[in-house]
Amino acid sequence: MISYSFDFSFLLTAWPAFLRGAWLTIVLAGTSIALGFVLGLVCAILRSGKSKLLSGLVGIYVEVIRNTPFLVQVFIVYFGLPSLGLRLSAETSAVIALVINTGAYSSEIIRAGIDSIAKGQLEAAECLGLNKLQVYWHIILIPAVERVYPALSSQFVLLMLSSSITSQISAQELTAEANMIQSETFRSFEVYLIVAAVYLALSVLFRVVLWGIGQFAFVRRRKLRT
Amino acid sequence: MITFSSTHLIYLIEAARWTVLLSVLAFIGGGAFGLVLALGRVSQHKWLRWLSAAYIQIIQGTPLLVVLFLAYFGLSILGLDIPPIIAAGLSLTLYTSAFLGEIWRGCILSVPKTQWEASNCIGLSRMQQYRHVILPQAARIAIPPTVGFMVQIIKNTSITSIIGFVELARAGQIVNNSTFEPFITFVFVAIIYFAMCYPLSLASRHFERKLNVGN
Amino acid sequence: MSVTEAAGTRPRNETAPGAEPIIVVDNVSKSFGPLQVLHGVSLTIERGTMVAIVGRSGSGKSTLLRCMNALEEINGGTIQVCGNRVAMDDRASVKRLRSEVGMVFQSYNLFPHLTVLRNITLALTVVQKKSRADADAIAHKVLGLVGLADKAEAYPEQLSGGQAQRVAIARSLALSPKVLLFDEVTSALDPELTGEVLKVMEDLARDGMTMVLVTHEMAFARRLADIVVFMHQGKVWEAGPPAEIFADPKTPELRQFLSSGL
Ligand SMILES: Nc1ncnc2c1ncn2[C@@H]1O[C@H](COP(=O)(O)OP(=O)(O)OP(=O)(O)O)[C@@H](O)[C@H]1O
Ligand SMILES: [Mg+2]
Repeated sequence: MISYSFDFSFLLTAWPAFLRGAWLTIVLAGTSIALGFVLGLVCAILRSGKSKLLSGLVGIYVEVIRNTPFLVQVFIVYFGLPSLGLRLSAETSAVIALVINTGAYSSEIIRAGIDSIAKGQLEAAECLGLNKLQVYWHIILIPAVERVYPALSSQFVLLMLSSSITSQISAQELTAEANMIQSETFRSFEVYLIVAAVYLALSVLFRVVLWGIGQFAFVRRRKLRT
Repeated sequence: MITFSSTHLIYLIEAARWTVLLSVLAFIGGGAFGLVLALGRVSQHKWLRWLSAAYIQIIQGTPLLVVLFLAYFGLSILGLDIPPIIAAGLSLTLYTSAFLGEIWRGCILSVPKTQWEASNCIGLSRMQQYRHVILPQAARIAIPPTVGFMVQIIKNTSITSIIGFVELARAGQIVNNSTFEPFITFVFVAIIYFAMCYPLSLASRHFERKLNVGN
Repeated sequence: MSVTEAAGTRPRNETAPGAEPIIVVDNVSKSFGPLQVLHGVSLTIERGTMVAIVGRSGSGKSTLLRCMNALEEINGGTIQVCGNRVAMDDRASVKRLRSEVGMVFQSYNLFPHLTVLRNITLALTVVQKKSRADADAIAHKVLGLVGLADKAEAYPEQLSGGQAQRVAIARSLALSPKVLLFDEVTSALDPELTGEVLKVMEDLARDGMTMVLVTHEMAFARRLADIVVFMHQGKVWEAGPPAEIFADPKTPELRQFLSSGL
């Protein structure tokens, strides 16, 4: 039996670094969620739109992203793009990779919502005199997003967790901070235990905030307590 | 200057065998443990339900990379000089089990309640109910999402490159270090991953359609 | 049976109907691919009348109604609504049509994500650009007409089928259309709930609303319709006042249809 004494004393000096890391992860993930949602929305609209070309292109984009690892996507953006003459900071690369990744997943989720809108809804709205754009906005897009909002929220929490991978290109976030602390204190196991706890707290936080946004944005959810 | 060549490509493809092996290990280990978790989630014992739910919540709320680090450094605390594949396999198993456990729980719950009642009436014990009535039906529903999750497993094995396990992603980094052609190298890495994952994605969708038609 | 009912007319609170055509369907044909569904249908609907369209399943009743409201493109003939020719490719004409024609569907088609009130005010604010306050006032008024003043804040899923259908009628009414089209609006309802919807339609008819309804409610058509149109194989097979249609069918097809107990 090997005896190992846990030592968390590094926390006395390192806790601000953990907090900073957590904050950086919130910023990184928050930015990526907002942009990724917009990208996903646009892609879902194009995917279910009339243009075969655009819909096909979005389809390829979605399949490519969903069937390759995020780590490799990050490497292509950060290491690969400079060889094509596009040099980006680690943080910018991280956001771009996260947005591209989430955009693909979100667009599939939102598209499922769009597909689930019954044709009768559109006809009813047309009969009330709404024009194409108004129908699309009020009768298709808003209810579609409302319907798939729980799935989108789970996807966004997954995004926050995957952002840890961007530590591999030294993007400044929680895991990168932890790697640094770990290399200074040599209390690797303890450091990552703390990090795991912080991520757990962050995923609870993200879930709560996303839930709150849903309650605010979709009145029916609030009223019917769904 | 060395440029990316067919030798490099072959090296990548050979490394991909480790990706496959690791994926299979994770699927077997994670599947076995996941089944236990799924049964725990729907168990009649409150504390079993609670325990498996807590486990799933914790793993699903922690990045795989951190689970990997914990497995890697945790095992080395035990003083074992273990090869990276053990830490890689262990963390992927823990991770996979949580997700499969949750997926399969949903499948078990989607078997109609009347099936429980009917099989109870003919005198089957709870184990027999699972074995002969519930699980066979749940398994049918479980096929599409399970095959779909295999894609996640394969992609997630790439993270084990970070602790130095030489699978496809790590091989890509090694090739890049000698060719200095990151774009081509990682695009090829991505293509190989795609070639492994896309057929599974298609299969998952195919099974799902078949299931929907059947119902 | 009262005297007026036996005579096939109903009491009205405005001038005698029949002077002014609201919808004129002239020799309309319509095909879905190789399947021709309407074969030269002609029909005139006068202001303030209720026209009931009856016929077997698949005889083209819904299709005719949908053509009147530019939900389907016609392949031949013309349709005029309030003096304007309906053309699906002419945006301005469709826009005008929508403001004149309201439609109620068998499946209600309420918007599930909006309250009853917002279901009604959506088009008032978005299409007619009314203020929220004005729109709300109109909505409350029409909800009162259909007897659902207390349901303004409910969501569609909280309504019974009969209530949902009355909201759908109120939603159309709010836009003050010149004519209302009803496509089997009670077919999805239990018998107990059918009555409350028919009651609302009866009130509308008595107030002089021009209505075209596809229906299986023969008793209702017989009692309240001014004209009953029997469609068969995509044609207007017989049409006339209910007294004639029901008491004295001219064709064997109508006789058979009536005796089949539909
Ligand atoms: N969008 C469509 N595409 C192809 N065929 C259609 C379409 N809509 C209707 N049809 C066909 O046109 C014919 C007439 O349909 P319609 O719905 O007008 O009948 P209906 O008289 O309303 O019948 P029901 O009483 O069953 O509602 C049917 O044979 C139907 O299958
Ligand atoms: Mg019909």
